[in-house]
Amino acid sequence: MRIACPHCGVRDVREFAYLGDATVTRPDPGAPDALARFIDYVYLRDNPAGAHHELWYHAAGCQAWLKVTRDTRTHDIAGVESLNERSLGGPEDGTP
Amino acid sequence: MRYSALALAWNAVTGNRNWTPAWRDAAPRESYDVLVIGGGGHGLATAYYLAKEHGIANVAVLEKSWIGSGNAGRNTTIIRSNYLMQGNIPFYEWSMRLWESLEKDLNYNAMVSQRGVLNLYHSDIQRDAFARRGNAMRLNGVDAELLDRDQVRALVPYLDFDSARFPIHGGLMQRRGGTARHDAVVWGYARGADRRGVDIVQNCEVTGIRRENGRVTGVETTRGAVGAGKVALAVAGSSSRLAAMAGLRLPIESHVLQAFVSEGIKPLVHHVVTFGAGHFYISQSDKGGLVFGGDIDGYNSYAQRGNLPTVEDVCEGGMAMMPLIGRLRIVRSWGGLMDMSMDGSPIIDRTPVQGLYLNTGWCYGGFKATPASGWCFAHLIARDEPHPVAAAYRLDRFTTGALIDERGAGAQPNLH
Repeated sequence: MRIACPHCGVRDVREFAYLGDATVTRPDPGAPDALARFIDYVYLRDNPAGAHHELWYHAAGCQAWLKVTRDTRTHDIAGVESLNERSLGGPEDGTP
Repeated sequence: MRYSALALAWNAVTGNRNWTPAWRDAAPRESYDVLVIGGGGHGLATAYYLAKEHGIANVAVLEKSWIGSGNAGRNTTIIRSNYLMQGNIPFYEWSMRLWESLEKDLNYNAMVSQRGVLNLYHSDIQRDAFARRGNAMRLNGVDAELLDRDQVRALVPYLDFDSARFPIHGGLMQRRGGTARHDAVVWGYARGADRRGVDIVQNCEVTGIRRENGRVTGVETTRGAVGAGKVALAVAGSSSRLAAMAGLRLPIESHVLQAFVSEGIKPLVHHVVTFGAGHFYISQSDKGGLVFGGDIDGYNSYAQRGNLPTVEDVCEGGMAMMPLIGRLRIVRSWGGLMDMSMDGSPIIDRTPVQGLYLNTGWCYGGFKATPASGWCFAHLIARDEPHPVAAAYRLDRFTTGALIDERGAGAQPNLH
């Protein structure tokens, strides 16, 4: 399996570290149902057989976090996008 | 037909024309008391113990392909009960005890071979960790022996003891551990269940789970609808897909685990040996092939095949532990779908849907658990309460915090 890093080009999968499902989002800790939503966030997964949005870290390359769309039945990669602070829910002006 | 030396001799002299099929290839009836989904080792064992221990024989096992075509045929056939955590040890030891009486119980040769499972340690710190594990086992009545370097060398002289990076200091041995023949386990349970009236239905894929007022009423399949009072899922690898049919999300990711077999050689590896400085385990089949494996690939997969970096990693582990393996060719490899749970331990429990039962989360340790998994799942289905040795395998432990994390890796399924 190879992943086309938007910054580095097509690279072998062993350069990357896998985090998992990219669709889960960290809940607001102040929400009234925060406990139940955190349990969902930490433990429950859709685990689809088919298109899966997932996070990979280009550890042995540019060290960018990537959102990869991959078919879990065939390992075919349909798309790769680079994540930045804004897409990860950070401040919109890009400050850390 | 009961198998015996006499039956063997009689069939031999009559030209082997009178053997009968070991089980019926049944067509699904309109309804059953219990439907077990998944004709692997766990599903068939569940049906067998439902009939034998609980007198519930109006049962069908629905299998989408042929029985034993999933993970029951995609493992490395190792049996052991060398666990550390309190929630796990009694369960796996019960499984070990069932393995020890399995062939007599089933009247079927499952080739259970208690050749010993040896975990190598390579440092003082790892020795301490293994001593702790061995003590936890012995406190629970499980056999464990901490061996020093010379004792290990006497057993497995072919290992690289003086490796500069990972010298072998000793090992933790469970002599009652070993291997069993995976297909025979499936066939033995299928035959035993069939003889007690269970229907084994192959080529019957479940496509939907019927519910009324929060209670399960049956399933839709590729061979029509089948009604049931209770539906039990034993579909490791595909648990999330089946549970989604009943509106459930599980603490599970499906990952691929590869395993390998070499060309056959004369007897060399007389035990199951595991490398302590990497992830590598090996045994020798009765045909002579060395059967070995290592880590999962580490990403979600339903492909039943893996990638080359993991192949290389496994082979590097083998070369580091026993360099002579480099002279052998790998003749086959395979991949199975692992239900990787969020704490690395299984789930045998009821679900929020009444009458729907769940058996999942075996990670890559499902084969050794086959007898106890079936035993405890049958107990749960028949009595609606967990079996004492599986009492910790609750679905809600991810809410209550009572996790059983052998590896201490946290909620990251690809690290368990």
